[in-house]
Amino acid sequence: MKKIYLDHAATTYTREEVLEAMMPYFSEKYGNPSSFHSVGKEAKDAIEQARGMMARILNCRNAEIIFTGGGTESDNLGIIGTARANKEKGKHIITSKIEHPAVLDACKKLEKEGFEITYISTDKAGIIKLDELKKALRSDTILVSIMYANNEIGTIQPVKEIAKIIRDNTEKKKAGFPYFHTDACQAAGSLDLDVMKLGIDLLTLNGSKIYGPKGVGALYVKKGVKVEPLIYGGGQEQGLRSGTENTPAIIGLAKALELSQKEKDKENVRLKKLRDMLINGVIKNIPRAFLNGHATLRLANNANISIPKVEGEAMVLYLDSKGIYASTGSACSSRSLKPSHVLLAIGLNDEMAHSSLRFTLGRKTTKQDIDYVIKVLPEIVKKLTEISSL
Amino acid sequence: MKKQPDIKTKDQSWFYSKKVKDHFFSPKKFLKDGEKFKADGVGTVGSPACGDMMKFWIKIDKKENKIKDCRWRTFGCASAIASTSALAEMITEDGGMKIEKALKIKPQDIINRLNGLPAIKVHCSILGDQALRAAIEDYNSHKR
Repeated sequence: MKKIYLDHAATTYTREEVLEAMMPYFSEKYGNPSSFHSVGKEAKDAIEQARGMMARILNCRNAEIIFTGGGTESDNLGIIGTARANKEKGKHIITSKIEHPAVLDACKKLEKEGFEITYISTDKAGIIKLDELKKALRSDTILVSIMYANNEIGTIQPVKEIAKIIRDNTEKKKAGFPYFHTDACQAAGSLDLDVMKLGIDLLTLNGSKIYGPKGVGALYVKKGVKVEPLIYGGGQEQGLRSGTENTPAIIGLAKALELSQKEKDKENVRLKKLRDMLINGVIKNIPRAFLNGHATLRLANNANISIPKVEGEAMVLYLDSKGIYASTGSACSSRSLKPSHVLLAIGLNDEMAHSSLRFTLGRKTTKQDIDYVIKVLPEIVKKLTEISSL
Repeated sequence: MKKQPDIKTKDQSWFYSKKVKDHFFSPKKFLKDGEKFKADGVGTVGSPACGDMMKFWIKIDKKENKIKDCRWRTFGCASAIASTSALAEMITEDGGMKIEKALKIKPQDIINRLNGLPAIKVHCSILGDQALRAAIEDYNSHKR
């Protein structure tokens, strides 16, 4: 049976070129970048070269890139680290209701430390309400964290406009606050990451969604932004992330980012076509099925669809038996047993959130794959609808 | 580079037991579209908002006080579907189960029948015993 992996928002495979770039740094060039001999220097040089590659893509200074252990860690450092370091300036933070748990749970932790968090809502298409953001900004707001693109429904947020709203805020003009953090984990492979153009102060990246290795990420920290570390030790990464650098993973992250950014324009066109084929095919062939999230302001590889009367996990497992790998916002597949907070935030009721399916396409997805899904899914839905008590 | 990893993952590539898989992909005794089933009792439990909802229809052998046959429908995940299917099998095999005995079925009996369920699924997806009890109560309320 052919395996059709359509869960690239969960994670991607590590592509060959990336793996190749990483390999020498496991057993040949294994030095500790902090060592003062040539073996260490070799690793150090490689890391600095990777940092330079990333900085060119982000249009920032090399010293503004901090390597971390992944997207979750970058979000935690960018939010908790920044909040703690600037708490004398204010204790108010703004974020959105559709953020990744790495952001939401970091904010919850800060609430316990005495910070006040405002959660901005979105419209039905999953775009955050800018007027709500404007009203939420206060003189003691130190940080705004809004994701670049959503991991579940693929919606792309107007990051540039958000940055402008924050910049135009009178308090920002006076004191330089609030800072603007964005989680770009899902966006990194397909959207522009120029932090100068976007107007961003802190930006989260990771390797595992862009055909790079897992367990490595980066946080862009604009020069002058005070951040307190979460991990203490040898003082690596300018003291913001102690611990011997994971050289092969850092090399892999930089290589993966370079390749995906280089290929993104062409790949976006190809994926958008396949994505829309999938969305239209499913909606046409399955009664009552509907798209979640904005129809055009969405990642080129994301299709999130609700199919009433049928539960998501059941569909995922039937698809699995046909060699198709997708995911769902249904509670039944989560640890919390609550349906997706993102789908609820865009106005779906619990039942519709339980009935959602997410397909996220990738570099190897073909038209044949999409045709197969469009053929198989209606049969699965028909069977599960017959069993369904609704 | 070694092609074969030293750390082998378990052969079973599935989240659920084989028994769950069998019931999930080939459910027994669910009410098919257009099928006529004259039930003596009907029970519904759960709600779509919680992610699980099931309906159970039973036919009673009134002389023997036995469940002669049953049908069901379930909105829910694999374990919800499989557990209803397994329950339907349990109460109708060997000529049907005495009502008295059927009323004593506990979630654990269904889980055992399925050769276990992942811990996280135990509390949410086993509604079958409640649906069956509701159907029996419905039958009892009509009897007189």
